[in-house]
Amino acid sequence: MTTVTATVLLGTTCLGAAAGLVGTWAVLRRRALTGDLISHAALPGLCAAFWLSGERNYAWMMCGAMVSGLLSVLLVTFLSRQARIHHDAALGIVLSVFFALGIVFLSFIQRSASLGDKSAGLLNFSLGQAANLGSSDVLWIGGVGLAALAIILVCYKEFTAFSFDPEYARALGLPILRLDLLMMGCLAAVAVVGIKGVGVLLSPALLIIPAATARFWTERLAVMLILAALFGAAAGGLGTLLTAGDWHAPADWPWLARFERLPTGPVIVLAAAFGFGLSILIAPQRGLLGQQWRQFSLRQRIARENLLRALFELQENQPATANTYLSEEALMATRAWRPVDLRRLLRAAVARRDLEPTGQGFRFSAQGWQNAVNITRAHRLWELYLISGANIAQDHVDRDADGVEHLLPPELLDELEADLRVAGRWPADAAPLPHSPHELSVTLSGLGSAPRAGEPPSRDSQLPAEAVASRGEQ
Amino acid sequence: MNGFSLLFQDAWQWWIFVVAALTCVACGTLGSFLVLRRMSLMGDAISHAVLPGLVLAFVFTGSLHGGVMLAGAFVAGLITTWLIQTLERSGTVAADAGMGVVFTSLFALGVVLIAIFTQGKVDLDVDCVLQGSLSTITIQTVSILGWDIPRAAVTLGGALLANLAFIILFWKELQVSSFDAGFAAALGLRPNVLHYLLMAMTAMTAVAAFEAVGSILVIAMLIVPGATAQLLTDRLKVLVPAAGLIGLLTAFCGVKLSLTPPFNQAEPAALAAVCAGGIYALTVLFAPHYGIAVRWWERSAQALRILCEDLLAMFYRIEELAPSKRIGTGEALQALGGGWLAWMAVWSLRRRNQINFTEGGWQLTTTGRQSAKHLIRSHRLWESWLVRYLGLPPDHVHAPAERMEHFIGGQLAEQLRAEVGELQQDPHGKAIPQ
Repeated sequence: MTTVTATVLLGTTCLGAAAGLVGTWAVLRRRALTGDLISHAALPGLCAAFWLSGERNYAWMMCGAMVSGLLSVLLVTFLSRQARIHHDAALGIVLSVFFALGIVFLSFIQRSASLGDKSAGLLNFSLGQAANLGSSDVLWIGGVGLAALAIILVCYKEFTAFSFDPEYARALGLPILRLDLLMMGCLAAVAVVGIKGVGVLLSPALLIIPAATARFWTERLAVMLILAALFGAAAGGLGTLLTAGDWHAPADWPWLARFERLPTGPVIVLAAAFGFGLSILIAPQRGLLGQQWRQFSLRQRIARENLLRALFELQENQPATANTYLSEEALMATRAWRPVDLRRLLRAAVARRDLEPTGQGFRFSAQGWQNAVNITRAHRLWELYLISGANIAQDHVDRDADGVEHLLPPELLDELEADLRVAGRWPADAAPLPHSPHELSVTLSGLGSAPRAGEPPSRDSQLPAEAVASRGEQ
Repeated sequence: MNGFSLLFQDAWQWWIFVVAALTCVACGTLGSFLVLRRMSLMGDAISHAVLPGLVLAFVFTGSLHGGVMLAGAFVAGLITTWLIQTLERSGTVAADAGMGVVFTSLFALGVVLIAIFTQGKVDLDVDCVLQGSLSTITIQTVSILGWDIPRAAVTLGGALLANLAFIILFWKELQVSSFDAGFAAALGLRPNVLHYLLMAMTAMTAVAAFEAVGSILVIAMLIVPGATAQLLTDRLKVLVPAAGLIGLLTAFCGVKLSLTPPFNQAEPAALAAVCAGGIYALTVLFAPHYGIAVRWWERSAQALRILCEDLLAMFYRIEELAPSKRIGTGEALQALGGGWLAWMAVWSLRRRNQINFTEGGWQLTTTGRQSAKHLIRSHRLWESWLVRYLGLPPDHVHAPAERMEHFIGGQLAEQLRAEVGELQQDPHGKAIPQ
């Protein structure tokens, strides 16, 4: 790897890390597009500084860019408070008008006799030229990055309070306006030093994407800051390495050679976007796949529990509790099942050893019996609670409880039972669980049941198995 | 010289103006809905994010023909909208961050695609997309009915017609869904479909305008006229044409400025965007109802009137107690709380000949005494009314009356007079003037 590449690599990595750090606050405060605003609005300041100073003095140009960037932020705040306009429209107006002003300045500079020839590099503002980052640029990036890091470390507590709850921060007596300016100043400084590397148009990408990516992986601010910095640095490094061809022999990785002609800035952004896309899919808590999986398993569990309760209630009032043979046909009437789903659920229940297939139908296993008792107990406790605690009519509680029963934690159920006992509303004959407070829509009354030895607790069974079989044929 | 050459010198200048005007009006009318629906930044996002659509359309068809580009933009606009909405609805990313991620990534993708497929032989230039070039746009012409018309004028004219047709056809739907999307959905108007349509129209308009004004300045053309018009009117039927007119004015100012030294060095499109900003700034300050300067002026005038009236009432009360007492300027100012408005109050009372300076102090003139009498009458009638009808204790009625006295007109005063009956004195025992 040549020194040039190493310099560029250092610059883009530092830039990515710094952008991730300061971008985190902007993303958390729902001000992500402020980075976009600042980097567009930096243009007139950049050009004006160049025009006034008459030379390509980097420091002056950065200061000019900072000033006009911050001015644009203040202007947007002022407009959205005073001018009967929404924040986003104010942002769009200031962004585009400042940018237009910058282009007007730029055309003056380009066509001015004394400045025109010095302005060559100024034209690459839109996409930047990462490959041309020199050691002084890297020093600037590093300096600004370190300064931003120092400010974040010193003001960490204040920034945190301010970002999550500005009203609370105000009540604490924190200097809101100065904190806001400081935060925006950090953002502006990083956006401005990033312009040379990735350009006006893509500098906001580095501020937003790593921070938005980090948000997928953690719920803790400190971790998010570190992750955002890492993701930003990784994107910067990856983009640079992909587009710099001089660190590997082309023969080793022919596919890498394809990237060499590509502009570095956009590739850095695409690397960051790739990380974002990956995170949105696979992040454990907030990722889409994880969410889908959790929703899927919740739906599965709810369906399973519904099946168990339906089975339980079907044969509850039978003399032979828990030993009835249960058929699909009887189950169909209890809920709006689709036959396909019901058959699938029954198969799954058998596979989980909640049910045991018999020749004519199904019956509970010991474990399935316990599960069914638990879920029915949750349902009825909630129903009783709604009736006694919330004064809801008996015939209205079934649906409410149907939605909630799957989510009630066991401690809450025990508490409910204790409360009901204290209030004297626990039915005397409730063992192991109270009877339904309302009429069950479908019961197996008149249907058959068969004896089964041992667990679960069984009573006598009177009806012969043929009754069940004949039921199955109906 | 005829009327044709009055505004602009030759056909070239006229065509620049026509193209700019078509751009601004097409963008302004459609953009007013973006502003209204709080989707201004969607215009920003889409105008960046259509780039990969343009490149792919070019790659697949090999042509830079307007229709192909518009189709590419249409599809890219739909995809961008879908991506942004899906990210927002997934609840995992904040709306603004999601938008920022989508449009910057798509834009970067577009730049990379250009680099891959054009390999340096740039026909589709990034800078062209970004900045446009209004001044060279008249070079490419097409011949229609024997007239040489710039190609951009045809494209943008088409875009304008399409936008107007869209707005007129879907007026009711746009109106309802812009103000109350839930109600629109309840009516069966499919606000979501309309949202996508609007975004696709925005993408097409943006692409049609790229050549002339570039992808960043087009945001100014989209948002600023609508935002300006919003400060001027509260009626949608006025807002949309007003945004079109403001767009027209913007284009005229921009092009005219670009023909005037020293601004003739600058790109007309950028100047037009700056003009749009200037017009917006003027409107923010001086719009009839919502202008900041206008509101400030109205508030100051009101404050001044109240101060003047307070001063008159004070003179009257002092005269009641001690007819020969004179008040010095310093005392008067101090009584009003000082400040430049207090100075203005004394000065304007003097100018209206309601007080004059005699024997070492200020004193009411006859006209001044007459106005003061009216005020004091309102004040004391209101106090009496408060005590009689609201049962407030007498020591609580002065402060509210002090505020109300400035807003009780002659008719209300008469009504109060009738309601408090034949009362001659206020709750504090002071005479109510007749």
